[in-house]
Amino acid sequence: MTARLANSRLAAALTGFGTLVAILVLVEALIRGGAINRFIVPLPSQVLVAIPRIIAEENVLHRLWETAREALWASVLIAVVGIALGILLYRFRLLRSATETWVAALASAPIVLMYPLFLVIFGRSAATIIAIGFVAGLPPVILKTLEGLVGARQVLIDVGRSFKLTDRQMFWKILLPAALPSIFVGLRLGLIFALINIVGVEFLINFGGLGQLINDLAERYDLPATYGAICFVILVSIVFFILMERIERWMRPID
Amino acid sequence: MTSPIPTGGNPTAGVLLSVDHIVKRFTTAEGVITALDDVSLAVAPGEFVSVIGPSGCGKSTLFNIMGGLVGDYEGRVAVGGETIAGTHPAIGMVFQEESAFPWRTVIQNVAFPLEIAGVPKGERLERARHFVGLVGLDGFERRLPAELSGGMRQRVAIARTLASSPRILLMDEPFAALDEQTRLLLGDKVLQIHQQLQQTTLLITHNITEAVQLSDRVLVMTYRPGTLKRVVDIDLPRPRTSEVVGSDAFGHYVARIWSDLREEASRGIREEETRTLGHGATR
Repeated sequence: MTARLANSRLAAALTGFGTLVAILVLVEALIRGGAINRFIVPLPSQVLVAIPRIIAEENVLHRLWETAREALWASVLIAVVGIALGILLYRFRLLRSATETWVAALASAPIVLMYPLFLVIFGRSAATIIAIGFVAGLPPVILKTLEGLVGARQVLIDVGRSFKLTDRQMFWKILLPAALPSIFVGLRLGLIFALINIVGVEFLINFGGLGQLINDLAERYDLPATYGAICFVILVSIVFFILMERIERWMRPID
Repeated sequence: MTSPIPTGGNPTAGVLLSVDHIVKRFTTAEGVITALDDVSLAVAPGEFVSVIGPSGCGKSTLFNIMGGLVGDYEGRVAVGGETIAGTHPAIGMVFQEESAFPWRTVIQNVAFPLEIAGVPKGERLERARHFVGLVGLDGFERRLPAELSGGMRQRVAIARTLASSPRILLMDEPFAALDEQTRLLLGDKVLQIHQQLQQTTLLITHNITEAVQLSDRVLVMTYRPGTLKRVVDIDLPRPRTSEVVGSDAFGHYVARIWSDLREEASRGIREEETRTLGHGATR
């Protein structure tokens, strides 16, 4: 059974990879055939060739580390503050009805455009970038934490009451585990928001990791290298997703 | 065989759980509704008692009052003569809705009350394993509820409640969501557990077959306001299995209870219809 499971997983991975290759080959063909202007979209093969070049010449791995570090700090802050605020809104009904709409509105606000304000507060530094990533990623975590806690099934709470759980036990043993799947959905969304904003601000203020590099390369009109650098942004998000999945699995211990 | 004046008490044995003159009213948009009106019952140690009634007779309210989840009522609930208010460790509840924790494996679910009680891990797993075996789930210890059938999940909930060693097992239609065959077979399991542990049990149900199959006594309730209409002693031999369903005596009990219940259920349906019509007129 495990062998079959491993097989189906391998098949899925291969299909995914195959689809990606097929699309790249298609784009390559469309560009070479003249259907897409090669001065706007570089050839995928050129992007591929550019990747070793940006690793060697543009120090892209160091840039990747810069961006990843900012994203890591932002996600830690998002998780700690977002979950705490979600719990706070759950506990205090008045606070919830007073602010829930505002938090939801914040989720759709283009935070990145407020970068001048953050520059004034934090200076042209990693702190500005982390702060913007943090503010951008916060709303989904707050809302999804709240949603998960409110959505905890009454019968599970009743089970806790029938076993005379203390408030603290009720929270840690029932409410939080019941809310966890929803909280992780919020964290994934928050992380995406944060990463987009982090790279965006790096680009805008020309400071830090991959965003700044993308800015440089674009200004030099080195399109294959620009797209190559964007591939590294995707790599950061993949790494964070895998990390998140690991943490989620670890949070559901099976002994 | 049946007593004309229902008190629900069994005068020949001691009393473990007693419910005295419970009245419960709810305030709704349409005014005050009396859900339970002067309900009294008593359960002797080791006895299996079922409370049966039509939908809307306040069965679940009675369950929640006895379990201590609902307060603000007149009357008294006592265990071993001691009045209780709120949830009490002597009473273990099994709910109608699925209540196994989906994030815990079978064994972790069953060990839950022991974990809360601070029993060391090794010991609590060992004790939990005993109860997992008792409900017939050996081999499924490390499975998550999502991997089990509905009947198995309810057995996890029963095992978890039994693991807290309650003096009284209180169950609210635990098999309501299951099909008839599974229900009969699970009934066998419940009979077996009752036999083995001599567990005092009070079952809330709307299923006549289930009530007769499992009980020493069946208390029939009226439609709103819920009162006790009749007490039927079930003199079927123990140990029982689901095969008892085929006997003449069984059919006789079912018919007897149905004749009482039928009036109430019909009245319930009529009143629901009238209420719905009334709502339609005001719209």
